[in-house]
Amino acid sequence: MLNNAAVDRVFRALAEPMRRALVERLSARPMSVTDLAQPFDVTLAAVVQHLQVLEESGIVRSEKTGRVRTCRLDSAGLKLAERWISERRSLWERRLDRLGELLSDDDPPNPSPPKTKKRKKP
Amino acid sequence: MSEKPVVHSTFTIERSYAAPPAKVFAAFADPAVKRRWLLEGKGSDIQSYSADFRVAGFEKSCFTFSGGPAGAPPAGTPMGNDTVYLDIVLNERIVFAYCMLVGERRMSASLATVELSASGSGGTRLLFTEQAGFFDPSDGAKLREAGWRELLNKVEKALA
Repeated sequence: MLNNAAVDRVFRALAEPMRRALVERLSARPMSVTDLAQPFDVTLAAVVQHLQVLEESGIVRSEKTGRVRTCRLDSAGLKLAERWISERRSLWERRLDRLGELLSDDDPPNPSPPKTKKRKKP
Repeated sequence: MSEKPVVHSTFTIERSYAAPPAKVFAAFADPAVKRRWLLEGKGSDIQSYSADFRVAGFEKSCFTFSGGPAGAPPAGTPMGNDTVYLDIVLNERIVFAYCMLVGERRMSASLATVELSASGSGGTRLLFTEQAGFFDPSDGAKLREAGWRELLNKVEKALA
């Protein structure tokens, strides 16, 4: 069972546009707080506050080296959200997704011999 | 009457596939293909599957979850699916009625309609409509009832 309070924290953290923008930036690469804040028209303090919410929800992790604090994505938070969402998908949603995967295989839908290479969706 | 009232619900799911309608239809019509996407998911073990794809034909599957999602019956519970086909129009429509079984109990009865139409780029638009009666909404129905609506509620709550 998923921890409800933890799921709440993740979705609350992601419900804020600015925090999602920070997550989007971090999905490219780890960044220092200053670099991270650079395109936003808000105070550094505001960014730090948002980062704190993201850290508490397990979406972002940061560590200080010397005087630079570097932030990176922590997979725990997003994985939690992903799990929560996939567990809520209905039986037929999952079935029709599998059908889609099957259809997107190059060969016609035959029970023919298993492929040597299984294509995975990106 | 000690039984709980039957809870009715209707939902639709839309999908777009790059494959043409004939290929999508075949994935429903050919039992060997159908069992692959219907039952061979992560976390379920197929005990038996037989299908007779024609109007009034019967399809039966028995499987167990080896570790289902939250709200699913515990691992190892025998699950079943009894389906009868009511209408089949080649490459266009499949209508079937089915019951979901958990152990010996029938948890729900549904009328499901699959509609296929060609989409612009040679692909297929699939519309799945299910009209269901859940006999015990506290149990097996959770699997389906808890769909995207619940997710959107949750997101809405988080936004509040």
